[in-house]
Amino acid sequence: MQNHAYSSRQLALPLAFVFVAIILAIGTLLGSSGTASAQQTTASSDRIWQDLKGDVFGDRAILVDTGVVRIEAPKRAQDAAIVPVDIYLDPAKAPDGIKSVTLIIDANPAPVAATFQLGKDAGVTHLSTRVRVNDYSYLRAIAETQGGQLHMAQTFVKASGGCSAPAVKNQDEANATMGQMKLRQFPPKETMTKTEELQLMIRHPNNSGLQRDPLTQYFIPAHFVQKLSISQAGQPILSMEGGISISEDPNFRFDFTVHGNGEIQVEAIDTDGKTFRNQWPLETAGL
Amino acid sequence: MSVDLLRRRLVSGFACTAASAALLPCCLGRAVLAAGGSSRFSVRQIADGVFAFQGADELMTAANDGAICNLGAVIGTDAVAVIDSGGSLIEAHAFLAAIGKLTAKPVRFLVNTHMHPDHIFGNAAFRKIGATIVGHRNLPRALEARGAFYLHNYREQLGEALMEGIEIVSPTMLVDDRLQLDLGGRMIELRAWKAAHTDNDLTVFDPATRTLFAGDVVFMGSLPTLDGSLLGWLRQMDALTAIDAARVVPGHGPVTADWPQALAGERRYFEVLARDIRKAIADGTPLREAVKTAGESERDNWHLFDDYNERNATAAFAELEWE
Repeated sequence: MQNHAYSSRQLALPLAFVFVAIILAIGTLLGSSGTASAQQTTASSDRIWQDLKGDVFGDRAILVDTGVVRIEAPKRAQDAAIVPVDIYLDPAKAPDGIKSVTLIIDANPAPVAATFQLGKDAGVTHLSTRVRVNDYSYLRAIAETQGGQLHMAQTFVKASGGCSAPAVKNQDEANATMGQMKLRQFPPKETMTKTEELQLMIRHPNNSGLQRDPLTQYFIPAHFVQKLSISQAGQPILSMEGGISISEDPNFRFDFTVHGNGEIQVEAIDTDGKTFRNQWPLETAGL
Repeated sequence: MSVDLLRRRLVSGFACTAASAALLPCCLGRAVLAAGGSSRFSVRQIADGVFAFQGADELMTAANDGAICNLGAVIGTDAVAVIDSGGSLIEAHAFLAAIGKLTAKPVRFLVNTHMHPDHIFGNAAFRKIGATIVGHRNLPRALEARGAFYLHNYREQLGEALMEGIEIVSPTMLVDDRLQLDLGGRMIELRAWKAAHTDNDLTVFDPATRTLFAGDVVFMGSLPTLDGSLLGWLRQMDALTAIDAARVVPGHGPVTADWPQALAGERRYFEVLARDIRKAIADGTPLREAVKTAGESERDNWHLFDDYNERNATAAFAELEWE
């Protein structure tokens, strides 16, 4: 019995080697696939991050998974051009307050998707937006406290399958409607709180500039919303410096603490230097 | 017993590996496909001088050679027009070989119905034989924005071997609104649509047999994918319905189907999806939550529902939020 087991293991071992060799050979021929590829891609995303983080944050220490910041996104990008991402901030875990959050998508051509500055008394604890995801990549949210500490959370997103690309779907429409804005106000769920939710939508192609003009063959300059500020009666709630990884028609939904009855003001500036402004009265004013 | 099984697997694995290493057609299926005329790659006559190949109701893979969409050919007295080049050069060559068995007339035109890889990855094979490649006026722009991504992204899904030689080849003849192509004794009518499945959808109509090659403006069986405009697609349903066709070759699904009944399924799906998404938007439900359930009642009506419904819901949400 023991002998039999021993001999079959002896037999199995070289066979296993041959089998692995063949899998490797086929893998080389067909290109990487399956789990091996998924592991490679988390590793390759991490490699990009190791190179990148010095450029963005210098040699400052980055604390991971401290609970100050959390990030959520679908495990697989369904539409590569519109991947919803949620960032949660826990003020209780950062008593000196959170100054900013940077959103990074390692594998994108422009990995720093956006940096959000948070208004000092704005009380923002949840921010969601939509991003382009070009490839298998970590999405990282790095929060900076008022005291200068960096806290990071990350989540891995698989690239979309099939033919969805991180590009504008309806280019003519995007060009024609550029600059339109819409603000939705979601009143507080509990009547005693002064926290409400806003959703700001801006029509803009947020083009990458990574494509050529089909006629001239020159690269089309990138054209995107690079600065955005949202305030209530002059007091900053949230501002953003962003790039091409933010989806077309940039969309931000966030909570904030209402201060008085002042109106909501928005200013957006794109890379062509166009400025788009709008304002809305607070719907809950006077309640 | 298990060792025997393993050994047999090894032997066939070796055979396959050795053959691919020598750049010969790898497995049996590939050889059959290249030969054409088999059940795997059969071209069907659907009307007088009109032929179609039916793609598999699957995602593009190395196993199906990327051959998942329907291709067409219309033969005139002088020349042939082919509708879509397929998802790989292997598929394109197999289709050209099949046409070569039907007629000695040259393939003068390749019409691309839109930008997606399953319809255009075979383009280089048609450029090589001197065919004029025809597309929607927006197609070159769309391919510029996506071409590099497609080539990179599909490498994993299709494998290096099948990707070998695939290039993004843009059309050189563009359709602004409508265009007729003369095949000798037979004119086919091309029509550029406003954004629907994509922002570069083109259909081909053969008046002689009243056959419509709809490209992916019409899906049957496989879930439609939304990469253009849901509202645009719904708005153009009546104009599509009004086309005086007797039959349609949809971009995906059976070749052929009765027209305009063929439109009913996708129209219903999009109306359900729009209704569900509009309700979620009105309720203030965030995109990430809404897309998990929208369109769910359509699940049993479609192949590839799990592959594409959430994606469609995502695109629909982002569009309908602006209503």
